[in-house]
Amino acid sequence: MAIQILMPALSPTMEEGTLAKWLIKEGDIVASGDIIAEIETDKATMEFEAVDEGVIGKLLVAEGTKAVQVNAPIAMLLEEGERSDAVDIDVTVAVAQPVPSQMVEIEPASIAPAAPAESVMSSVLVGPDWPEGTPIKQQSVREALRDAMVEEMTSDPTVYLMGEEVGEYQGAYKVSQGLLEKFGNKRIIDTPITEHGFAGIAVGAAFGGLRPIVEFMTFNFAMQAMDQIINSAAKTLYMSGGQMGASIVFRGPNGAAARVGAQHSQDFAAWFAQIPGLKVAMPYSASDAKGLLKTAIRDPNPVIFLENEILYGRNFDVPVMDDFTVPFGKARIWREGRDVTIISFGIGMQHALEAAKKLAADGIEAEVIDLHTLRPIDYDTLISSVQKTNRCVTVEEGFPICSIGNHLSSVIMERAFDYLDAPVINCTGKDVPMPYAANLEKLALVTSVQVVSAVKSVIYR
Amino acid sequence: MAVRKSTSKPNISANELLNYYKDMLMIRRFEEKAGQLYGMGLIGGFCHLYIGQEAVVVGLEAAAEEGDKRITSYRDHGHMLAAGMNPDGVMAELTGRVGGYSKGKGGSMHMFSKEKHFYGGHGIVAAQVPLGAGLAFADKYQENGRVTFTYFGDGAANQGQVYETFNMAALWELPVIFVIENNQYAMGTSQQRSTSSPDIYTRGAAFGIPGEAVDGMDVLAVKGAGDRAVKHCRSGKGPYILEVKTYRYRGHSMSDPAKYRTREEVQKMREERDAIEHVRSLLLTGKHASEDDLKAIDKEAKAIVNASVDFAKESPEPDLDELWTDIYA
Ligand SMILES: Cc1ncc(C[n+]2csc(CCOP(=O)(O)OP(=O)(O)O)c2C)c(N)n1
Ligand SMILES: [Mg+2]
Repeated sequence: MAIQILMPALSPTMEEGTLAKWLIKEGDIVASGDIIAEIETDKATMEFEAVDEGVIGKLLVAEGTKAVQVNAPIAMLLEEGERSDAVDIDVTVAVAQPVPSQMVEIEPASIAPAAPAESVMSSVLVGPDWPEGTPIKQQSVREALRDAMVEEMTSDPTVYLMGEEVGEYQGAYKVSQGLLEKFGNKRIIDTPITEHGFAGIAVGAAFGGLRPIVEFMTFNFAMQAMDQIINSAAKTLYMSGGQMGASIVFRGPNGAAARVGAQHSQDFAAWFAQIPGLKVAMPYSASDAKGLLKTAIRDPNPVIFLENEILYGRNFDVPVMDDFTVPFGKARIWREGRDVTIISFGIGMQHALEAAKKLAADGIEAEVIDLHTLRPIDYDTLISSVQKTNRCVTVEEGFPICSIGNHLSSVIMERAFDYLDAPVINCTGKDVPMPYAANLEKLALVTSVQVVSAVKSVIYR
Repeated sequence: MAVRKSTSKPNISANELLNYYKDMLMIRRFEEKAGQLYGMGLIGGFCHLYIGQEAVVVGLEAAAEEGDKRITSYRDHGHMLAAGMNPDGVMAELTGRVGGYSKGKGGSMHMFSKEKHFYGGHGIVAAQVPLGAGLAFADKYQENGRVTFTYFGDGAANQGQVYETFNMAALWELPVIFVIENNQYAMGTSQQRSTSSPDIYTRGAAFGIPGEAVDGMDVLAVKGAGDRAVKHCRSGKGPYILEVKTYRYRGHSMSDPAKYRTREEVQKMREERDAIEHVRSLLLTGKHASEDDLKAIDKEAKAIVNASVDFAKESPEPDLDELWTDIYA
């Protein structure tokens, strides 16, 4: 019985690819494990292995063909003694195995093609953080983070990067791509899998006068290092009466990824924001990622820098400037509006901006504020916005209980109670560990639909 | 306390050998199919295949008795099949369906079976090591004569909690077998780049835990070492370390570019050291099975795997209410 070999997906989000090269020809005998083709996506060239054994009866797609749909038949495999003209197409189906051969980040969700430049960027945008007339370029969040590290490492020899797979592997999510080559292995340090140990070593190195950047492959693994972050990094300045502290950045992806289950998908923003002695930044756009990371590296305090895997591949405007920084404790108004204030940060901004767009279509003008940093928080900007709109919705991906939104609600109640025309609503992720099943995962996450309905409820429509 | 490289092998019957062959082949066929389903978008997120390492778990399961426990990392499909869990339930968990071992809520990295004494399926590197010792603590407490197989990787062996656990396990003489599956890489980091002293089996010495290095591409060597470890633990002498030298053929997870090693290195292992091929040639040269017998075994394994795929596709997604269940007992 003939077997169809199908175009494989290289990640759950891949829809099509280029059949770059056939490594076999019709009539060749293949066995399980033989590489039969190379396939390109926008980021990677993958080698493919045959799973079943047999004779290549027919190549159905010529090499060089672009936009071959996932699951389209690309070749026919015949079993012993079978002839290609006897092939009955509707038979057993097999997919060649994707075996990546060139660099692409290891983690599946980040292989999603980079989304085109955010269309929300072109809507009302209050004050970009750069002078008018500054040239801008399109850059992904991933590249912006890398550039921030390159610039700070170039200007300050005490800055170094350490973490799992940051060097030779170029970063599990490729944020540190090219850094080993540029700075060498004295300053780009691959660690064993020992988060508690290397976080502690980095805090000690900071006491000793260096400015470490510690990459956690994801913040889920920072849980292993929690004691050194909270008890050593955050408190030593205070305990030493101001004599010594740790100028250190702990950075890496935080929050939900795609389909990776409960232990690999959670937002720790509210956890870290609770700790006096830590600063916490959580950028949304590429320019903020760059400007805030540069500020974080220069800060004399320990900074928790929460990135997001889903945002790494997204492109935004980034100013072309010698030294572009974004200050801590200064929120940014992305969109002005009179009807309601939507406060968010990190990937929550995506839902906030999407919701604002939908609301605008209904004639509701939302003011959307990006906090940038959760410690310190720019309360003044929020309060004056709420005093104008009299209504507020907060948006975040984390758990609902003791969330950032809960805290903001309390501050707004204290400082702007008389201005409120409705209770503040907090949109959050659900109060459950992250499920794996596709339908449940969708349900667990905060969405723009949820934000729209929260806004409608605070404006009583 | 002995720390040594093991050589001796057990005496086993032709029938047992045939069973090892079946079990290893079953795991390989299952994993190949899981790779295919990932390619078709039916499995999402992370998916870590066990191809190449089959002899480790099959050899050790052969040394286990009914009621013994096992716990491992995210690279867990092979362990579940070897523990006797149903391929249908494992495959359906991979596709996130209600027929899966965790009703679709756990996924590839997080499956469990109380019935088969399989305690997961853990995503945080080395977190399963103290958990495994804890299972052994409970067994000792209950004086039930059981032992726990606690599996972890060469990368995991660098986590501090491993050594905290070694100390307590030795101090309290817990019936736990620490199985280090040394496949030479932790994601893209070779053991030699992450480890100051490569002989992991000697690392229990400071705590008085005996250790052996075992050829993990030879199921008989694994079974023999497993027998010694089980005997030691069950007799109340405390923990035992097996460093099983093995190799993973595929990338760390489905989308790993695997640029940190050469294609030739992988090919050489496959061609010269493959554990399944090894048993196959033992069976053929010993005339314990014919080519046709082995073909039939392969056909049967494929049929079981294909049936599990049908099940995993037909099983519905979990009910939406499942989002809110199982958070509290
Ligand atoms: C605490 C923690 N740190 C990092 C990771 C990311 N990670 C997952 S698997 C892995 C490599 C583990 O290698 P090893 O222990 O040798 O097991 P193998 O994958 O080879 O089976 C890493 C770094 C994690 N899951 N948990
Ligand atoms: Mg390993």
